[in-house]
Amino acid sequence: MNKEVWKEKQKTCKERDFRFTTVSDLPVKPLYLPDDIRDFDYDKKLSYPGEFPFTRGVYTNMYRGRLWTMRQFSGFGTAKDTNERYKYLLKYGQTGLSVAFDFPTLYGRDSDDPFSQGEVGKCGVAIDTLRDMEILFDGIPLDKISTSMTINPPAAILLAMYIVVGEKQGVPAEVLTGTIQNDMLKEYQAQKTWIYPPEPSLRIITDILEYCSEHVPKWNTISISGYHIREAGSTALQELAFTLANGLTYVEYGIKAGLSVDKFAPRLSFFFNSHLDFFEEIAKYRAARRIWAKVMHDKYRSQNPRSYLMRFHTQTAGCTLTAQQPENNIIRTAFQALAAVLGGTQSLHTNSMDETYALPTERAVKIALRTQQLIAHETGAANTIDPLGGSYYVEALTDELEKRTYEYFDKIDTLGGVVPAIEKGFFQREISRSAYEYQRALEHKEKYHVGINIFEEEEGADIEILKIPEEIEKNQIEELKEVKKQRNSAKVKRALKQLHDAARNGNNLMPRILDCVREYATLGEMCSTLKEEFGIYHEPIIF
Amino acid sequence: MDKKIRILIGKPGLDGHDRGVKVVAAALRDSGIEVIYTGLHQTCESIVEAAIQEDVDIIGLSILSGAHMTIFPKIINLLKQREAEDIIVIGGGIIPEEDIKKLNEMGVKKLFTPGTSTKEIIKYVKSIVQKT
Repeated sequence: MNKEVWKEKQKTCKERDFRFTTVSDLPVKPLYLPDDIRDFDYDKKLSYPGEFPFTRGVYTNMYRGRLWTMRQFSGFGTAKDTNERYKYLLKYGQTGLSVAFDFPTLYGRDSDDPFSQGEVGKCGVAIDTLRDMEILFDGIPLDKISTSMTINPPAAILLAMYIVVGEKQGVPAEVLTGTIQNDMLKEYQAQKTWIYPPEPSLRIITDILEYCSEHVPKWNTISISGYHIREAGSTALQELAFTLANGLTYVEYGIKAGLSVDKFAPRLSFFFNSHLDFFEEIAKYRAARRIWAKVMHDKYRSQNPRSYLMRFHTQTAGCTLTAQQPENNIIRTAFQALAAVLGGTQSLHTNSMDETYALPTERAVKIALRTQQLIAHETGAANTIDPLGGSYYVEALTDELEKRTYEYFDKIDTLGGVVPAIEKGFFQREISRSAYEYQRALEHKEKYHVGINIFEEEEGADIEILKIPEEIEKNQIEELKEVKKQRNSAKVKRALKQLHDAARNGNNLMPRILDCVREYATLGEMCSTLKEEFGIYHEPIIF
Repeated sequence: MDKKIRILIGKPGLDGHDRGVKVVAAALRDSGIEVIYTGLHQTCESIVEAAIQEDVDIIGLSILSGAHMTIFPKIINLLKQREAEDIIVIGGGIIPEEDIKKLNEMGVKKLFTPGTSTKEIIKYVKSIVQKT
């Protein structure tokens, strides 16, 4: 049959009363054909896995060689509680650790800070000093496992604590593997965990890049994160474009600080969301790899092929989970996890069904982990590399996302770059607008969410909920007092003074932070010291 | 009759999750309600102070950090101390059923969980202020 004849025939068919678009509102045709990917040059657009521009994957043999790392983000209560949860997850086959810190830790405040009241150990583990980190990794050999830490303004301090725990275990910093998130740009745009203004924050980040390239060479120094941009309400396209723009900004700051791009760029890694729209997500990962490789090669003249590799972690979309009919979340998460695998992720976190109520129970988190193991060992999805490569639809979507990303790059350039665009509220407004649009679309039933605006049920959910005992805060504060009593306060004072001096005179902060950590200076003491020099950030209010 | 409903929308504590609160604030504003949004990282004291200064009918708090059992009672107590108990306290976030019941008993009028439509929130806000 002739193509045009088929198209005419299709137009006469009955169609569901629905606006056919992706979840991010890109138009979707009824059928994709060879001419949707016209001028398709296989070698230029796709090439082979592990080969430029890496559209099909960053490694030659992908999951046939080694499966993705199954890394559940986890932390609650005290370091001891979380250490037990890690051992539980490792026992059931998890292959990497990922630390969730409580809010005070994320903001560089101690458990006894007035602002920490009610928050200690609630949505992550409470860390005040090196002592807590020693307990957190007790019995977990740091030379055998990689650890990701979701930490931003105080990233240098938590990394320093990890390095010192390694020293105490007899593991030198050169062999440590893992990641700190350390992505401040997306904090100002979306996640909103900040301490200092953008410029000093970027200075701390370049200090970390410099220090690690010498002393902790296997560490991923920034995890450039689209996850939070998406959770804050962006579209897939905005997640992709803003994350890449942020990544390229770190490259520019590194170069400006006098570092050679090929020395630090190979240690940059990425972190994406996996949302509801299966094919759009897969196309997003493929486009991301291609754009990163091209820009690093063409614009930054990188010579080291490892600088071209966009290695990324994926987490399924927390914002898509529903409090209504929570068991459905298991299924949602499974589809999202499969999209991440088909998109070639290097590691994966699967959300638990109960997370719209509280942090997950052991049972819920085990089902989430098992979901990944089912994909890995039962579905066959990991048997061949980039199985959707060559799909007319997926390739067309990949091209479309790539094209529109460059359009966003141009817009950001006209605003003067990422930092000025943050100061003008550009990203914040874009994200808020998309969040509002999506909510409006749901309420007008232009988009569906099962249990929310279709197939709703009256009765509430009856599931087990994890409870964080209120005594944790009191106990943690007691422990902190005890550590302060035992340490040598003259040495702490001296180390903090030297940190302050380094902040002022521009020397790399990492060696001074390591000294403070070794003397059991608290997280809050170190951050307050830096605040004196760097000041604090105030957000323009936009809604 | 002419008086517009006034609501103060706040993010107390360290919690930075502001997607929901901004969507709700914008939807309330678009429905004709006077919305004052505090921005992030407010103390309970500053929220109560602003609510009294702005002469609002309602305080709406968004808490996704798990600190709800500390923050809501504190707000209720501060309102009592300032003799401003006529200001209605509502909220939303990641809050388990069991805690919702306890907070209702303490005087938090209504708590919304994820998945609630903005229409439902607008309808509720308009209904409770008319009643008083």
